[in-house]
Amino acid sequence: MTGAPAPKFAAAARVALADTRARRELRAAAAVFGRRRAAVPEPPDWEALRAAGHAIRDAALLGLDAHLERLERAVTQAGGTVHWAADAAQARRVVTALSRAAGADRVVLDDSLPVRELALDAALSRAGITTAGPPARGADPGGEAEDGGGAARVAVAGVDFMVAETGTLVFVEAGDEPRASGGEAETLVAVAGIETVVPEWRDMEVLLQLLPRSLTGERMTALVTCLTGVVPGDGPREVHLVLVDNGRTRVLEDEIGRDALRCIRCRACHHVCPVYERTGGAPYGPVHTGPIGAILTPQLRGVESAAAASLPYASTLCGACADVCPVRIDIPEVLVHLRGEVVESRRARPVPPPELVLMRGLAWTMGEPRRYEAALRRGTRWARLAARGGRIRRLPGLLGAWTDARDLPAPPAEPFRAWWARRRR
Amino acid sequence: MRVALFVSCFDDAMFPGTGRAAAAVLERLGHEVVYPPGQTCCGQMHWTTGYRQEAARLARAFTEVFTGADAVVAPSASCAAAVRADHPRIARAAGDPGLARAAEGLAVHEFTEFLVDVLGVADVGAVFPHRVTYQPVCRADRLLATGDRPLRLLRAVRGLDLVEMPGAGECCGFGGAFAMKNADVSVAMVADKVGHIRDTGAEFVCAADNGCLAHIGGALSRLRGGVRVLHLAEILAATRGQGVPA
Repeated sequence: MTGAPAPKFAAAARVALADTRARRELRAAAAVFGRRRAAVPEPPDWEALRAAGHAIRDAALLGLDAHLERLERAVTQAGGTVHWAADAAQARRVVTALSRAAGADRVVLDDSLPVRELALDAALSRAGITTAGPPARGADPGGEAEDGGGAARVAVAGVDFMVAETGTLVFVEAGDEPRASGGEAETLVAVAGIETVVPEWRDMEVLLQLLPRSLTGERMTALVTCLTGVVPGDGPREVHLVLVDNGRTRVLEDEIGRDALRCIRCRACHHVCPVYERTGGAPYGPVHTGPIGAILTPQLRGVESAAAASLPYASTLCGACADVCPVRIDIPEVLVHLRGEVVESRRARPVPPPELVLMRGLAWTMGEPRRYEAALRRGTRWARLAARGGRIRRLPGLLGAWTDARDLPAPPAEPFRAWWARRRR
Repeated sequence: MRVALFVSCFDDAMFPGTGRAAAAVLERLGHEVVYPPGQTCCGQMHWTTGYRQEAARLARAFTEVFTGADAVVAPSASCAAAVRADHPRIARAAGDPGLARAAEGLAVHEFTEFLVDVLGVADVGAVFPHRVTYQPVCRADRLLATGDRPLRLLRAVRGLDLVEMPGAGECCGFGGAFAMKNADVSVAMVADKVGHIRDTGAEFVCAADNGCLAHIGGALSRLRGGVRVLHLAEILAATRGQGVPA
């Protein structure tokens, strides 16, 4: 990757907050989701479904290697071909080679998360292959002629679920983001994160009940496509499945962080997040957004960059996301855990960051009552001097971010402990 | 009952009236209140900002001070949640099973939870003839399952006109370090919160935590919003003879 480093969340959010139209639209979208969810009564077994979804996804991750091998056998048996990609670069090479082998100078490419994660659009363009989005559902396929001429030979689609038992690929569409899973192409190249596998076909019964209510707040998902291998005379003549690791096995090693891989990409956490409602997706980076993005991206990419390290802090920990997550990912606790990883990664730096110095000093002071009391007396005196008319309007250093838009009351002359001591005397 | 009061470092320095009010309510209900010496900070801010080692140091100090108390009561919901939910996690992260056992052995209660669940009281004999709206404390309420306990206490206050705040369930944007690290988003959130508060026509907005209230109150003060923030304990401490605290 080239160019300037990605900005920290706070810097990108400042830009996003100024986009009045986006603010209005995000607010409206959150309200629509809330209204729809309120209008459709919660199924009586909703909490049981969430628990089952949690268990299914955990089982999938726990035995991931065995499920993937079973999936490979099932896909192969059904006439498909499985390719393994350790990272994004390898996945891009596989997709490009498959497109070329099919003789395509133009492929249909959807805008799903796996496709965005691998930046396939740019990769195919660099290889001299033009890309087009899939036609909107209900659109006349003939209309495609306008932007490129006829159905493409190759379609590249992101997969939502893979069933190890049957080798079935499942594509879920909310309506506004069509998938390239349609049957027009001769060759389908399906790309999938390895964590999207589920062990059994019957697991889909639970997940497809959890999804619509969490995806759009509705009773049903607009379109679910299930594709099992190659069926003569129906659908693509060649099916390739590209299984992408790209950091996922490393995430699996983290006992707390790996809960993020349970995600079924429903966006319920986006719809209820007060931060996302104001910033939209851009400050989270190009692939995973919202609260789930704030815990996935730093794990998949590592926390070395300032941008990735800022993501776990892009939350008030209010927990609205955890309350709606259909597979019960405790996003706030993973955020806290990742904040710990960020701090640990910066402890060894030759020049300690100012925040580390401040927090260490505070803990040293607070760790012993006499030191704390001395600091309390000094701090109270200083803060009362900084106040005018009972309020502090400007604080120095790291605390200045508070007083940019908020006052702080002057601390009373007598702290609680002093009052208590006086009262008991 | 003998109650050990934990007054958070923030309340100790910035809002000592909250500790005084909590002590007054408990004593009025006939309980003995002690303030264990040596208490400082629960380590919440360090833990939620990612400073595990520092949080462990403070959790150990806290546990030493409060071990052996019949009941620890904190009129700071986020600190109560930090002690109850986070201290065992802090201990696990630090690989300190002794701390984990000690932390799990503490009987720590958030103030409203203690009144309603342990003492079984909703009416604490308070008089507060004002229009009041209430803001939940998101993370603490989730970790402690606080539910409607604060509202039950407020409804029993004589003269108090309780108005529901639209969007009360949405976070005010404080979030500890978030208020500084993501100040712009934090302010965008509190701007909407201030609007909702003003829509209620309330004179006071109350909560069970002075962190949220410092944030909301800081914005109201800067904007000359004409609504005061007040910790719920200070409302529950108010009686006929004793008016609104300054």
